[in-house]
Amino acid sequence: MASVNLLIAVCICYVSGLFAIAFLAERAAAKGRRAWLRSPLVYTLSLSIYCTGWTFYGAVGYAARSGMEFVTIYLGPSLVMIGWWWVLRKLVRIGRAQRVTSVADLISSRYGKSNTLAIVVTLMAVLGVTPYIALQLQSVTTSLAIFADPTEATDGGMNQVSAGFWIALGLALFTLLFGTRKLNTNERHDGVVMAIAVEAVVKLLALLAVGVFVVWGVAGGAAQMMARIDTSPIGAWQMDGSRWAALTALAGAAFLCLPRMFQVLVVENDDERHLQIASWAFPLYLMLMSLFVVPIAVIGLDVLPRGANPDFFVLTVPLSQGQNSLAMLSFLGGFSSATSMVIVATLALSTMVSNHVVMPIYLSAQGQRASVSGDVRHVVILSRRLSVLVIIALGYLYYRLSGGSGALAAIGLISFVGVAQFLPAMLGGIFWRGATRTGAICGLVVGFTVWSFTSFLPSFGSDVVFSSDVFEKGVMEISMLRPQALFGIEGIDPTVHAVLWSLMLNTLGFVVGSLVTFPTPLERLQGAQFVNVFDHSGQSGQWSASVAETEDLMIMAQRILGAAEAQALFRDAARGQGVQGHLPEPTPDFLQRLERELAASVGAATAHAMIGQLVGGATVSVQDLMAVADESAQILEYSGQLEAKSAELVRTARQLRNANAKLTQLSVQKDAFLSQISHELRTPMTSIRSFSEILRDTKGLGAAEKTKYASIIHVESIRLTRLLDDLLDLSVLENGQVSLNVAGGLLSDVIGHAVTTSQAGRRDSMLIRRTPDAEAVEMYTDLDRLSQVFINLITNAQKYCVSPKPALTIDVDQTGPSVSVRFTDNGAPIPVEKRALIFEKFSRINDQEGNGAGLGLAICREILTRLDGDISYEPVVGGNCFVVRLPARRALAAQQSH
Amino acid sequence: MADRNAPPVFLERRSYRKRRMMDAVRLMPFLGALLWMVPLLWSEGQGADLQPIRLSSAIRYVFWVWLGLIFISAVLWWLTRDETARSDAGAGDT
Repeated sequence: MASVNLLIAVCICYVSGLFAIAFLAERAAAKGRRAWLRSPLVYTLSLSIYCTGWTFYGAVGYAARSGMEFVTIYLGPSLVMIGWWWVLRKLVRIGRAQRVTSVADLISSRYGKSNTLAIVVTLMAVLGVTPYIALQLQSVTTSLAIFADPTEATDGGMNQVSAGFWIALGLALFTLLFGTRKLNTNERHDGVVMAIAVEAVVKLLALLAVGVFVVWGVAGGAAQMMARIDTSPIGAWQMDGSRWAALTALAGAAFLCLPRMFQVLVVENDDERHLQIASWAFPLYLMLMSLFVVPIAVIGLDVLPRGANPDFFVLTVPLSQGQNSLAMLSFLGGFSSATSMVIVATLALSTMVSNHVVMPIYLSAQGQRASVSGDVRHVVILSRRLSVLVIIALGYLYYRLSGGSGALAAIGLISFVGVAQFLPAMLGGIFWRGATRTGAICGLVVGFTVWSFTSFLPSFGSDVVFSSDVFEKGVMEISMLRPQALFGIEGIDPTVHAVLWSLMLNTLGFVVGSLVTFPTPLERLQGAQFVNVFDHSGQSGQWSASVAETEDLMIMAQRILGAAEAQALFRDAARGQGVQGHLPEPTPDFLQRLERELAASVGAATAHAMIGQLVGGATVSVQDLMAVADESAQILEYSGQLEAKSAELVRTARQLRNANAKLTQLSVQKDAFLSQISHELRTPMTSIRSFSEILRDTKGLGAAEKTKYASIIHVESIRLTRLLDDLLDLSVLENGQVSLNVAGGLLSDVIGHAVTTSQAGRRDSMLIRRTPDAEAVEMYTDLDRLSQVFINLITNAQKYCVSPKPALTIDVDQTGPSVSVRFTDNGAPIPVEKRALIFEKFSRINDQEGNGAGLGLAICREILTRLDGDISYEPVVGGNCFVVRLPARRALAAQQSH
Repeated sequence: MADRNAPPVFLERRSYRKRRMMDAVRLMPFLGALLWMVPLLWSEGQGADLQPIRLSSAIRYVFWVWLGLIFISAVLWWLTRDETARSDAGAGDT
């Protein structure tokens, strides 16, 4: 038998250990080593505050009374965690985007940052959770009493009341030290989270140790254990189906709505990926926690005397077997469960009370002076500390008043039904944009009233709050209003009755209230942001402020965030806006950001109100509503269509412009061509006419003169004929009417023919250099046309080469897919500005000799285009070079055909 | 023209697999609820020759379902963990 003093000493050591762990964790976090503090493992373990003293001790008692029903309390949360994708993922994302500090903050923020709603939720949470805190105090003091005198489980020899007082004080101290040090809730409580993670391990180990001892130490193995289970008083399956389903659903709902669960699930969440891991790791934890519950209950019923309190079998079974150290471990497990729950629940509730009740009252009492009076930070922290003390004191008071009566599980369930009333407003808020504030308030009030009437008030027992008459005949003898048979429907299990009616009427009130009321613009904006949190995390509600107010904002922010943080925030914003100095422009974006920072400290509603006080009310602009309203999607689509159409129009216009430009160019070319051609025709015609007039009209011309004039006329008419021939040729080529006379032959023959033809009848023939080896290329093309091109090029070279010793080099080069023939002379290079034009019709380099019409190179180009080749000009040092390229395909085809 | 921003209708094999995995994640709670509501159908032995389900069988059933759900959820997490996470350097250590 361990003495109570030893037990207290162990407890104090354990608590000191927790203090040390919390302290070290805070230190580590301050140094920036948060990685391991915020691992998925710690997150999962911190969720274990779901398993309170109630579940640690009470589950066994529950199992001893009603068999497997206890497990529903774990099945609901397991399903919620496994289905993380549906609700928790969204809650965590919203919590992050909106910097939510508590479940009350979430609901108030969703419904237009309404403080009324926040107060309703806070009061309901306090009312629902206080019995739960009392329950934890009770479980610890009773377990202490059991150690003092195990035979008298419920009324030990020690002073339970004073023990309860000291425990409450210790818990309050811990919460004050580690829970309210920091103001910004979003900075998270590393110390507290670490401590509850350690406690989670302790309670799991304790329960597993007792379980292993019971199965293998007492029963003698798993198979024997199973046999004993079947022969025990609870060995047959006895289950009220409605309770099984309702309790599973209730536990799942409470898991989402309990303020302390919201605190660890959403507010303390550091990384959304941790949630994914916890989705299977936490059900595993719950499974391990419940694995040995039935064996312990069965062995307890077996070995302990009749009438022993089954709620404490976890302690009394090891004690009865003389396993004092195991009992000590088990006691520590229960102690851990109780303390961690009280700490986090108090923390969550105090945040809510301080943000939604104390601060708004303080601010409205201060009125306009709020922006000029002292440091609000102290007020916030003080109010939070007072709230902690008040909540723990309330729990203690409830514990004193209820006198430690009632089975643990019953109180726990009542509390569950109470907080589950948040569910419709919460889920409706994140999934239904039509949910309104009025609807939420309706639902909450109706649900809470029904809960009080059917579950909370009757729990004190007959003749305490309700007389037995009320139970029998209903309020004021109206049989419809019986607390456990509403609307005259009898025979439902009281808990199922309370769950069913409260949640049903709550949902009804919520839906009907939402359907018949119209939301304010801010509600609609917040609703869109919550429901579509994955699509956009934009801002809501535009503030508009003048520069003069920035200083006031700065003063206010300093008093809430602290001077250094506020200055850093403002400086950062100023830098972001590119403004000199430390005061940024009060743009809507900046005000939005500031509000969100403040919300992390004092809650959304208070932050909204405080900024509103200075800036003078949020304005919801038309654009905001447009972006939110359903029509916006259609507008966006319509504008998208318009944009597409306009782009198409622009494209068509561009095409039309191009076509027009081309037509204009063609018209200009045609005019130029006509004027050129008339000029070209006119010159020879003029000389023919004048010389023929001389011949006709002048008497006495000598024979020599006659011959001279007649030959001029002859030359001019030849020139005219040639011009007309060229024009005809070009026209035929350009129109593509030419028929090619394709034949095989050697390139050298073609070049040779061209050289001979062009040099015939010239005395001052130029020197022509050829490379006979390279010229030996088989061609398969229109050889006459090709020859025409070569003749033209050689003639041009002869005509225009101004060198004293004119020379022309003809190279043939067969590289890759084409054969190139290069005609390089040593004349004066063509001026740069003329080079672009030499292949155009009627373009002449210089007008010194009116010999050519300027059509030669144009014809060459046309011919080569027909032959799938091309001609280009390349400048070389001290001369000109024309390159004729022909496709090798033709050459190759020729080789194959031979 | 408005369809340009719409997601493609058909996906390549890999992303198709990933999406079906996420579907499985979404369906898991329904499977769990279904299996855990099976005890509602169990006999309590009130009929003449009906034997009640033994508590040991009930325990086995509930806990095997539990373990199965945990196992499948863990496997699905392992397969889809890149889906929601861009870099998961520390995610595999638990």
